Amino acid sequence: MAIKIDEIKKLTLEEYKTDVHNDWCPGCGDFGILQSVQLALFELGIPRHKAVVFSGIGCSGKTPHYVNVYGIHTLHGRAVPFAIGAKLANPDLNVIVVGGDGDGLGIGVGHFVSSGRRNVNLTYIVYNNAVYGLTKGQASPTLKLGMKTKSLPKPNINDAVNPIALALVSGYTFIARGYAYDVKHLKEIIKKAILHKGLAFIDVLQPCPTYNDINTKDWYSGKDRIDPVTGKPIPRIYKLEENGYDPYVHNPDDPNEIQQKWIQVVERSLEWGDKIPIGIFYVNEHVSSYEERIQGTIEHYLEKPPAHQKISLSDGRTNVKIDRLLAEFTTRVI
Amino acid sequence: MKINQLSWMIGGPQGSGVDSGANIFSRACAYGGLYVFGKREYHSNIKGEHSNYVVRVSSNLIRSHLDEIDFLVTFDPETLFRHIHKVVPGGVIIYDVNQENITVDKIPTIDKQANKRIKKFLSEKGVGYSVGDVVNYARDNGILVYGIPYVKLLEGLAEKLGNPQIAKMDVMINVMAVSASLALLKYDFNLVKEAIKYVFKAKKKVADLNIESAKFVYDYVLENFEETNYKLQPVGRDAVDLIIIQGYQASALGKIAGGCRFQSYYPITPASDESVYLEDNAVFDLIGENGSEEKGSIVVVQTEDEIAAITMAIGAGLAGVRASTATSGPGFSLMAEGLGWAGMNEVPVVVTLYQRGGPSTGLPTRHSQEDLLFAVYAGHGEFPRIVYASGDIEEIFYDVAKVFNFAEKYQTPVIHLIDKAMANSIATVKKFDLSRVKIERGALVDVFSDGVYKRFKFTETGISPRVKLGTENAIFWNTGDEHDELGHITEDHEIRTMMVDKRMRKLEIALQEIEDEDKAIVYGDEDSDYAIISWGSTKGAILDAMDMLRSEGYRLKFVQVKLLHPFPKDRVLNLIGNSKFLIDIEHNKTAQFGQIVKREILRDIDYHVLKYNGRPMSLSEVYSALKSILENKANKIQVLNNGD
Repeated sequence: MAIKIDEIKKLTLEEYKTDVHNDWCPGCGDFGILQSVQLALFELGIPRHKAVVFSGIGCSGKTPHYVNVYGIHTLHGRAVPFAIGAKLANPDLNVIVVGGDGDGLGIGVGHFVSSGRRNVNLTYIVYNNAVYGLTKGQASPTLKLGMKTKSLPKPNINDAVNPIALALVSGYTFIARGYAYDVKHLKEIIKKAILHKGLAFIDVLQPCPTYNDINTKDWYSGKDRIDPVTGKPIPRIYKLEENGYDPYVHNPDDPNEIQQKWIQVVERSLEWGDKIPIGIFYVNEHVSSYEERIQGTIEHYLEKPPAHQKISLSDGRTNVKIDRLLAEFTTRVI
Repeated sequence: MKINQLSWMIGGPQGSGVDSGANIFSRACAYGGLYVFGKREYHSNIKGEHSNYVVRVSSNLIRSHLDEIDFLVTFDPETLFRHIHKVVPGGVIIYDVNQENITVDKIPTIDKQANKRIKKFLSEKGVGYSVGDVVNYARDNGILVYGIPYVKLLEGLAEKLGNPQIAKMDVMINVMAVSASLALLKYDFNLVKEAIKYVFKAKKKVADLNIESAKFVYDYVLENFEETNYKLQPVGRDAVDLIIIQGYQASALGKIAGGCRFQSYYPITPASDESVYLEDNAVFDLIGENGSEEKGSIVVVQTEDEIAAITMAIGAGLAGVRASTATSGPGFSLMAEGLGWAGMNEVPVVVTLYQRGGPSTGLPTRHSQEDLLFAVYAGHGEFPRIVYASGDIEEIFYDVAKVFNFAEKYQTPVIHLIDKAMANSIATVKKFDLSRVKIERGALVDVFSDGVYKRFKFTETGISPRVKLGTENAIFWNTGDEHDELGHITEDHEIRTMMVDKRMRKLEIALQEIEDEDKAIVYGDEDSDYAIISWGSTKGAILDAMDMLRSEGYRLKFVQVKLLHPFPKDRVLNLIGNSKFLIDIEHNKTAQFGQIVKREILRDIDYHVLKYNGRPMSLSEVYSALKSILENKANKIQVLNNGD
């Protein structure tokens, strides 16, 4: 993404925060994601008026109200199309979309998939806690089959979607996973996602302390499995980059390489339980963005996108000349 | 001899060139300075089902179609069977002389109901079920019948041009049929040639070949057939600059002229033609600073569904762009939630709603006006929206800029109601005058430096200064939750009341500010006892029927309501004046517009003329319905049912 670093002055981190009272539950993973978003914007020096955070519905939907940039809290499942509209109208905006797993992978999954086909230049962060928190803990699309969180009357009889694999087959060109309680790691991923040209997806493991008593902070950090030698927990989460994992597609013309990358993404995305990878799974910088594709048919698009076009003369009349178009309808023999 | 007064129909299977045939005919007439009005009927089908096109031609302005047909131009038996009963005595039938033995039962696309209806008509007249029988019946009833040997003519042309391939090119039969009709009408072949050139402008070879075959048939007809009772002749029309255009094209051009720079849509009949036209013409000419030549453009996005279509348009609207989506009933059903969000967050967005027959999939390719109440009420909760209806193709063009003005001035969604009849009609109208297209953006501000920006600032009018996303010092928040002036969530009971009042106040302002002429228009005799009230595309047939009735000495007036929500009660009452009888005319079962009028002006509607069979009202039907009312012979509700 062509970030225009603030020409005016570098803001403080505080200036990316609002004074709106945050009513998430104490200990909620959402706090870590919020902080990571604020840090990413701050560290990249994105001017406040050049950034927009779009959100869906649910606890995660409140995020924009806590970030001091343009904040658009939209409808359940529809944050991405709202964001795409704004981004295509004005590609100078840095657009971040946040939403829950139910939002993006349940009610909004059609948009999740279709957006991958477009590769619009924006960053989509999914808060993945496997439950619908704000409606008191129903099973979300990422809750595994047979799981029974404390809020469920019966074990879950739906299987879970695999967000990483779904993003891959849908065409996302940057796919990563973060952990809400590892802010330092997550904010670096968010920064890379913002800088990525194209559609970036970040699946964030976000414990819900109120309704999900299975995938808790303690569970992720392995408190239930103590190493008999060291006496310390064996964390379930590990970082892909620490194992020499290379997410980048280097030669887009080599079908074998693409195939290998896809296979490794799917393999890692299937890891769960004892070993849960976080980090960047996949990056393909060689796919054209939707903006570039529009530019292919509208030559002046990036220079004069819809939001920067004048539509009237100084006297208020339209500035359009449609004679050329009307010629098609003339009743005079040409 | 009827000169320049003609009701002409061409029909045939879908995919056989009925449209391009009608296009050539209409355009040839228009090139000669004649007025045309064309109505297109087609099935939800790609190839094979029956479609037809009725074109009315006159040297004076016409706005509607007739049920009666003067010229029935066919090249398949189905068209003849389906429409024979409409051909007037003294009229003309063109048919394929090689098909005389084909019977009604042999045509699979004539479904059971139509088969029964056709046979009933024929047996009542004592006529057999073959093309030959029908032709004889027509001849006996004073209809001039012209059997064209299409295949033989193709063979003749192949021989003439020394190209045996041509003998098999039955794709040209549509144009041959049109040319035969124009020969019988003694119309200038040069204009026919120009029209063919235009219709096939992308394919010169095809155009040339079609011109050859058209000329071949034209000469054949002149040589072999006797004269008809009809004639078309060009009229000089240097003073008025006319264009010939369809409704969806007028809407698309209105969007370009009206400053719309973003359109998102999901394919649906009959709305998608507009979006495809926009995509095809996405780059256009602008007058730049100091009069220089510049280019403008519209971004058109085909979305995954109508939910994405409206939400994407709203997103673009937030970025300060005039944005819209175009859809039909089923798509609009999916847009209800997005519409409410735009109302709640005061985002200008335009939904162009091409009505078709519902409910559910209904009649995908057929006409209706069933979505008025849905447009007025779509969405949960209470929020302001403006519903605006155009009455004809010319109005559509100028109304588009207006609906965008309303959306921006009142910062709220606007539903522009069009319908299938207008979308797919073709008519000669005055060339669009761009000096009449004014852009008013309301309280949109480019620069903000006045302290803390409050997107939903309480004001006397309910309208708050609006900025585009990306404006410095003017960060704002939006949410579908109830919110405070900054746009943050609140459930405070006092703010709630103030915010609801603020949003709804804008409709009162809209009613005060919108010009009377843009709210409702009156036609005819203002002091008539009878006042027709109607909306949308019924306008054409109503005005044409009024012309006929006036020449018979009847006095009538017509109040066309364009602003349907908020309802301009005072204006409508004023226009109705002292009329004793109200006649509601519309295309639905439940008199939706009549319900609104009754509720608003607290007065019963005396007569309803309704039609909901998927076909637009003809001049013939509206004339008869009105006449029976004027003669005091009508029931309170008349349901029209003509079709084909």
